[in-house]
Amino acid sequence: MKITILDYGAGNVPSVERALQRLGAESQRTASAECIAKAEALLLPGVGHYAALVRALDEKKLRAPLVDAIRSGVPFLGICLGLQVLFKSSEEASRLQGLDLLPGIVSALPSNVKLPHMGWNQLEKKRESSLLTGVDAGAYFYFAHSFAALDSNALAAATCSHGAEFTAVIEQQNIFAVQFHPEKSGDSGARILQNFLRLAA
Amino acid sequence: MSLARRIIPCLDTDGERVVKGVNFVGLRDAGDPVALAARYNAEGADELVVLDIAASRDRRPTFLETIRRVAAELAIPLTAGGGIRTLEDGRAVVRAGADKVTVNTAAVERLELISELSREFGAQAVVLAIDAKRAGDHWDVMVRGGRESASRDAIEWARMGVAAGAGEILLTSVDRDGTQSGFDVALTAAISKSVTVPVIASGGAKSPGHFAEIFRDGAADAALAASIFHDGLQSIRKLKEFLAASSVEVRLPC
Repeated sequence: MKITILDYGAGNVPSVERALQRLGAESQRTASAECIAKAEALLLPGVGHYAALVRALDEKKLRAPLVDAIRSGVPFLGICLGLQVLFKSSEEASRLQGLDLLPGIVSALPSNVKLPHMGWNQLEKKRESSLLTGVDAGAYFYFAHSFAALDSNALAAATCSHGAEFTAVIEQQNIFAVQFHPEKSGDSGARILQNFLRLAA
Repeated sequence: MSLARRIIPCLDTDGERVVKGVNFVGLRDAGDPVALAARYNAEGADELVVLDIAASRDRRPTFLETIRRVAAELAIPLTAGGGIRTLEDGRAVVRAGADKVTVNTAAVERLELISELSREFGAQAVVLAIDAKRAGDHWDVMVRGGRESASRDAIEWARMGVAAGAGEILLTSVDRDGTQSGFDVALTAAISKSVTVPVIASGGAKSPGHFAEIFRDGAADAALAASIFHDGLQSIRKLKEFLAASSVEVRLPC
């Protein structure tokens, strides 16, 4: 099985590729609708501004093929912005529309804490999660973001807290997504990617 | 459960090899950046910073190659900088594998560079490096490797950098750098309490107690050191165990 990475110009594509390589997984980058339609498993990395991701998906005409693939059951892993874009919209760019595959919106984290939420934090597991199989309860993951899904914690597999509780891990049928960066989260992050590879196989 | 305080080893390079500074002068070779990166990654470092302190134009391709080789070893975030003067310089280090770009002198000369980088890569990828030196009742911003005063107040400058789009501040005490007499607690606390973004304290670290102090009293979100790690004087694992025992929240390596 090959992982198809949506390459819309995000900075973390090479580190995601390296992390997959270390696990012995094959991956290919694409920005083509055709390759998305044929993908066995999709990975949407993302870091930076929400608008950059949404605009790139629209300019490259990838929105419809991506939504179709996810709706048809292709295993999907979203990382950071790749999680945020699954919701209806984000306060970071409120005029733009997200993929609207999950109920809820992305909001700014409260300003009573240092932002960006940058560094290693722990998860609070909310339900059984295949993505978190074998991950220690106290494991730390690397976060780097100022916006988060605050109103969707009821559907979260795990949450994290920084000023407010937010959705850190999503697992809804074939839709997997994490707010942190597994490709930058050492052994714990590698475990998450390995679990996705197993689930997607 | 909360955000862990970060321990960040820094590789000061001449583009290709790691050199270490004592008060920014008297450099000596201290090793291969790729080997050190692999060691710190395995030891439980939370991030890694690689700086090109020579930052000469003709050596730039060598530095980018160093970033590529170091990034290949890491499963933790990598910050790179030294001689970043334009958006294009920033793009080059990000493309080579850096997650964050650090800017120092060029931002003092043209603050807009911070905004340009922040718009393109997001605030989380832009680190404003400030070298500060005590001048009477305040701290002066120093440029050109800590040798020259920029004649501005460090607290004011930190606030301006954040307003322009910096997502983090790498704060080096020029007074303490290379002295191994401990981090500058007063400086770090003053800056950390004046800005909304995380602050990395740098300069003067030697003992584990220095790290506990800068987290407890200096309000640092992260602490950076170079030579004490490279020389093997201080293992990152042991340092983190000490901090955990001192009630500082850290990510303990397995």
